[in-house]
Amino acid sequence: MKKLLIAAIVIILLTPIGLLAPGSAWGEWGIDEIKNMVGYVPSGMKHFSDTVKALFPDYGIPGFDKNFFQQSIGYIFSAIVGIAVIAIVFFILSKMIGRQEGKNE
Amino acid sequence: MHIPDGYLSPSTCAVMGAAMVPVLAVATKKVNETFDKKDVPTMAIGSAFAFTIMMFNVPIPGGTTAHAVGATLLAIALGPWGASISLTVALLIQSLFFGDGGILALGANSFNMAFVAPFVGYGVYMLLQKFKVGKVISSAIGAYIGINAAALAASIELGLQPVLFHTADGRALYFPYGLSQSIPAMMLAHLTVAGLVEAAVTGLVVHYLIKAGEDNLLYKFSYRLRGENK
Repeated sequence: MKKLLIAAIVIILLTPIGLLAPGSAWGEWGIDEIKNMVGYVPSGMKHFSDTVKALFPDYGIPGFDKNFFQQSIGYIFSAIVGIAVIAIVFFILSKMIGRQEGKNE
Repeated sequence: MHIPDGYLSPSTCAVMGAAMVPVLAVATKKVNETFDKKDVPTMAIGSAFAFTIMMFNVPIPGGTTAHAVGATLLAIALGPWGASISLTVALLIQSLFFGDGGILALGANSFNMAFVAPFVGYGVYMLLQKFKVGKVISSAIGAYIGINAAALAASIELGLQPVLFHTADGRALYFPYGLSQSIPAMMLAHLTVAGLVEAAVTGLVVHYLIKAGEDNLLYKFSYRLRGENK
């Protein structure tokens, strides 16, 4: 368990490596990028993009993304927030799914 | 591979979401049958692992990026049904909190990364085991094929958009590039780089878990899901 925790912390601290890859993923462009690429913004795309404003868009803290250091902090912060929320979701799920111990065993 | 909102028509999103409903219903049933409540945290670890591994963007020739998913690894460790739930939760959090993948497109993204990827990967893994291929190699090849199957599914969903949904003068309403562009672009990224990363991560973790004597933990659920005792 201790090993797992150490591995998890190391992986989280290394996540900013993921920021080094240049450009965005194919098919995950912003509206501006689309406009540059095809010359117009498809009307349906404009209508449905950003249906929900994310709290930490692109795994960053809004306004705290001026340089690689700030982006790295935002990225690590996002990893921690994400993992914490996942833990909460599964804590709630554990009340609803899985069989009671001792039954059907 | 996270399709943003606005890229797929609402009807496509609805179809893909509807496809995920029976998957998650069966997954919940399977997990209820095979997981003790105290095993559920293992699903959380799998979900957190997939969430984090997807943050490691890797550069693709041509100036784009892609990432591993961890889908096959989760399928081997948790069984494909448990993996499906774990991956869906990771994708849900990514879309809600970080704008990675659309909310409306969650059904499509879950179909690709939480259904196609773990099931294809796990199927290949099991098939190779039948031919006496070692667990590490089987897991790596399964992971490679699993993530590429998911990328293919995503590229088909995207590439169909301009064919199905356009204005009278031919302008796309949603995603503008057709199948002839979306399939090569997505497959290039995943066949050359992201698939290899997925294979390497999966093979290494499976190797490490076997070496650490934790293959019991790793295979416990999938053995149970197949009705074998271990």
